[in-house]
Parts: sequence; C-alpha cells; structure tokens
Amino acid sequence: MSEMIRLDNVCFDYEADEHPDSCQGIIKNISLSIEKGTFVALLGHNGSGKSTLAKLMNGILLPNSGKVTVEGIDTADEERIWDIRRRVGMVFQNPDNQIVATTVEEDVAFGPENLGIEPSEIRRRVDKALESVHMSEYKTHSPSQLSGGQKQRIAIAGILAMEPECILFDESTAMLDPHGREEVMAQIMRLRREGMTVVLITHYMNEAVFADRVIVVNDGEIALDDTPAKVFSQVETLRSLGLDVPQVTHLAHLLAEDGYGIRRDLLFEDEAYGELSALLKK
Amino acid sequence: MLKDITLGQFFPGSSPIHRLDPRVKLVLVVLLVVLIFSAKNIFAFSFLVLGVISLVLLSQISVKVVLKAIRPILILMLFTAIINLFWTKGTGDPIFALGFIKVWREGLVNALFMVLRIVSLVTGTSILLTYTTSPIALTDALERLLKPLKVIKVPVHEFAMMMTIALRFIPTLLEETDKIINAQKARGASLDKGNLIDKVKAFVPVLIPLFISAFRRADELACAMECRCYRGDEGRTRMKVLKMGEIDYLSIVVFLVFTAVLFFLNTLPTSISVR
Repeated sequence: MSEMIRLDNVCFDYEADEHPDSCQGIIKNISLSIEKGTFVALLGHNGSGKSTLAKLMNGILLPNSGKVTVEGIDTADEERIWDIRRRVGMVFQNPDNQIVATTVEEDVAFGPENLGIEPSEIRRRVDKALESVHMSEYKTHSPSQLSGGQKQRIAIAGILAMEPECILFDESTAMLDPHGREEVMAQIMRLRREGMTVVLITHYMNEAVFADRVIVVNDGEIALDDTPAKVFSQVETLRSLGLDVPQVTHLAHLLAEDGYGIRRDLLFEDEAYGELSALLKK
Repeated sequence: MLKDITLGQFFPGSSPIHRLDPRVKLVLVVLLVVLIFSAKNIFAFSFLVLGVISLVLLSQISVKVVLKAIRPILILMLFTAIINLFWTKGTGDPIFALGFIKVWREGLVNALFMVLRIVSLVTGTSILLTYTTSPIALTDALERLLKPLKVIKVPVHEFAMMMTIALRFIPTLLEETDKIINAQKARGASLDKGNLIDKVKAFVPVLIPLFISAFRRADELACAMECRCYRGDEGRTRMKVLKMGEIDYLSIVVFLVFTAVLFFLNTLPTSISVR
C-alpha cells in the first residue's frame, strides 16, 4: 500500500516566534505515516493537539520544524498547496460555519468552482456528490432549512465534489444529535468501503472502534498507536490519558479483573454476547 | 420572535418575469427609471402606467402585495403632491385662491404626474427586481455586470462574495440572536421594559455575545473556505452560467419598442404636460 500522509519530526506551536527552536508547543516531534485507504481514528482529550495535527495534514497550518507530505508533496510548497487541499478535504465540527452558499447545490459546487473546473463537469460532480450522501432531493433547499446531520452531509458532499483521496473529519459528529451522528457515521463507513482514506477525530469511543487504526494523542505526542482492539484493551492507560473506553470493553475489563476468563479486547456488543454466553454456560 | 423578519421580498415563481436573466432585469430597471423621468405629457404618462400595469400582470404577483409596497411611501407621495400643488406658479389666473394660497392648473398637473412617477418607480422596480429575483441571483448578476470595473481595481468579486455570505448567515445569526435573548432573559434581563434608551441599553448584553460569536464563525468559515481551495476569483469557474435566452432578447425588443413609442407620444401637442 502506498502512503497518503506522512509527518516527519513535526513540531508546532501557535506562539512559535517566542521560542523558535524549542519543540515544546502543541505538537512535539511527531512522526507518523498514514497509508492509503485506511480508516484512522485520532483520539485525545481536549487540548491534546489532535485538531492541530489534522490542520497540519492539509496545510492549513505549517510545521515550525519537520516536514508534512501528502502523496509526496510538501505542504510547505506554496505552489502546490491547492493540489494538497484538493487531495485532502476537511469536514469541521460546526456544520453552520462551513456552508458558504445559500442553496445546497451552490454550496456543493463551491469547491469545484474554486478549482476552475468546466461548468458541465461541476454539474456532474455536484449531482454525484449529492447522490452519494442521499441529499439529491434537497438540491435547491436553503441550508437553514436542514437538520444538523443533513447540513453535515452537505458539507461532506462539498468535499466529495472536489474528488479528494483523503477526508479529515475534525469532530464532525460532536455537535449532532444521536440520529445525526448515525447519519454521518454511516456516510464515513461508506466512504471507507469505497477506498477513501479517512481520518476521524472524535470523542466518541464507539465511533473509533470501527477504525483500522487508533492513534491516541496526549500533550502533543503520540501515546498509543495500534488497532482498536489493542488500544482499548489498555483501559488503565487510556483512563490516565483522560479518555474513556467503549462500554463493552469496560465491562469485559471489569469481569476480567474479577478473575473471569474473558477476552479484554472486546469492542462490539455481538462479540461480547458470544463471550458472555459462553462464560455463563460454563 | 425574530424568525419572521423577511429580508428582501422575493416571491418565488415561474412567470416570464421570474425567468428573465437577472442581468437583463438589472439593465432594464435602470432604463425604466430613465423612462419614468422622461415622460412629459398625458399621453406618455398614460402609456407608462399601462406598461407598469402589464408588468404587474405578467409577474403574477398579486395587486395586494404591490399596494403593500406603495404604502410606506404614501407620506412621501403626499408631501410631493402638496409641494407641487402650491409651489408651482402658472401663467394666467389661478384656479383656486384663498389669501396667499394660490393653485394654478399647472400645479395640479405637476402634482398628479409626480405622484404617478413615484408609484410607477416603486412598482416597476419592485416587480422587475426585488419581488421576482432572488437576492442571490441579483448578487450574481451584479458581479457579472460590474466585471469590467475590475480593470480599475474595484474588488467586484470580493463584494459579491461578501454579499453571498451575508445572505447565507442572516438566518443563522437571527437564530443565534434569539437564543442569546432567551439566555439573557433566563438570567433575569428585561429587554422590553422602560423607555427607548433603557431598551437600547438592555440590548448590549445581547449584542456583545452575538458579535463575539460572529467573529468566531467568520474565522471558522474562512478556514473551511481555504480547505475548499478558495483563493479569490483567480481561476474560479461557476457551475451556473447565466445565458440569455429567447425570452431575454424578446423582452429587450419589447422594451425598445416601448421606449420609442413613449418618446413619440412625448412629442404630441397637448396642454396637459409637465412644465
């Protein structure tokens, strides 16, 4: 598999001018590589630097030292910054603050319009993007008439219309109600099936369990980086980093502590059901 | 509470006037204003009023709505009429005299024509533009019409983008204002007590959070726009290309014929004309 995003010894601080050589800011010497087509969940408590990390990945922020490359293109290369942003789209937390136009289809067209694509091709892409988020019937609606989950799907369509290879979700489900969250997660799962590289920043552990890889960021450094099962089975470590574990994993952990012979890396209810019923039959 | 504020008075529809290219409408409106002020005599004025009435009928906008647009300017009309009636000095004997107040026949004609002008002005522009064109189409048309001004460094695209964003965020910010008002009320703020000055003062705790949030929104929006490769209008294309159709050319021809007839009528000899 080839590499989508790569970070080499990246340091970043918003007040870097004050002490340019130190690497004690928000991001401390992070090196990381994200393969194409993987679904990565980025966890960390508030202020851990996870959002900053995401903004470094598409050149919204540039590292103070070290290098970030997207498919081999350096994000510090001003000439190719638009190439990078087209490849790596980003969906933010507040759906209201990322919709630019007054109708749904005009908003989805915003990205491709900026790329200077032919009108007929923009039309095709907009229709396709709206189709894939199941929002075609709302084409001519005003964004203010939509629910939070629908707005967030429009924001995703707006990114899809640029035909990116990777999408960063910066707590995109945080402001939604449970139903809206489900809508957006379903969309993310579909993108992943279609081979899109997905980086999901989230506070919800039950969203992170679906990832191929979980990266836990703490105080500007990578604390854990492994498969969801391996990361979440380290309940005590996660607790000390100010994070929760999925309920199922927590239950398994408590049972195992009490001496029951149960796997500690359970993530899903049906998995747990199998284990528990086997345990009860004994 | 604030939700019912409607901005602009666009009535969506599919009448021939709705379907006109917004650029054509903008140009025609400017020309219509010129025409309204070129009408000189009774024939031209009657023709003009006829034209405006047919515009209203074509637009399928109800007469009630049009009358609503005229209502706010009734005072202006009355004022103009009175000024013209009493301050126009005519030749010959006044038709009415009471002490120092004298009314000449010319004053009466002027007053009538001025009122007609104001009514056709308001009706014509609102039918052609505000009622039948969405604000966003209008912004788009302005951007394209004013494009030549870019040569003298007028930031036409930037203004249009600002307009679009402002229109987009009006409902969002209204909703937010509502929330803040409720939050402040929950803390015991009384927003509608006392005299005007008290009311204005009471609104400060609503405005400050609103401004702070608007700035935060602006910051996030700017970031989101950058993520979607926005870099001004350099290399930017549009999905919807405005294209003039048959109906647009037809309306231009009709308008030109109308103009020619009006100017011809202006030359007809009559004693009932504006001085």
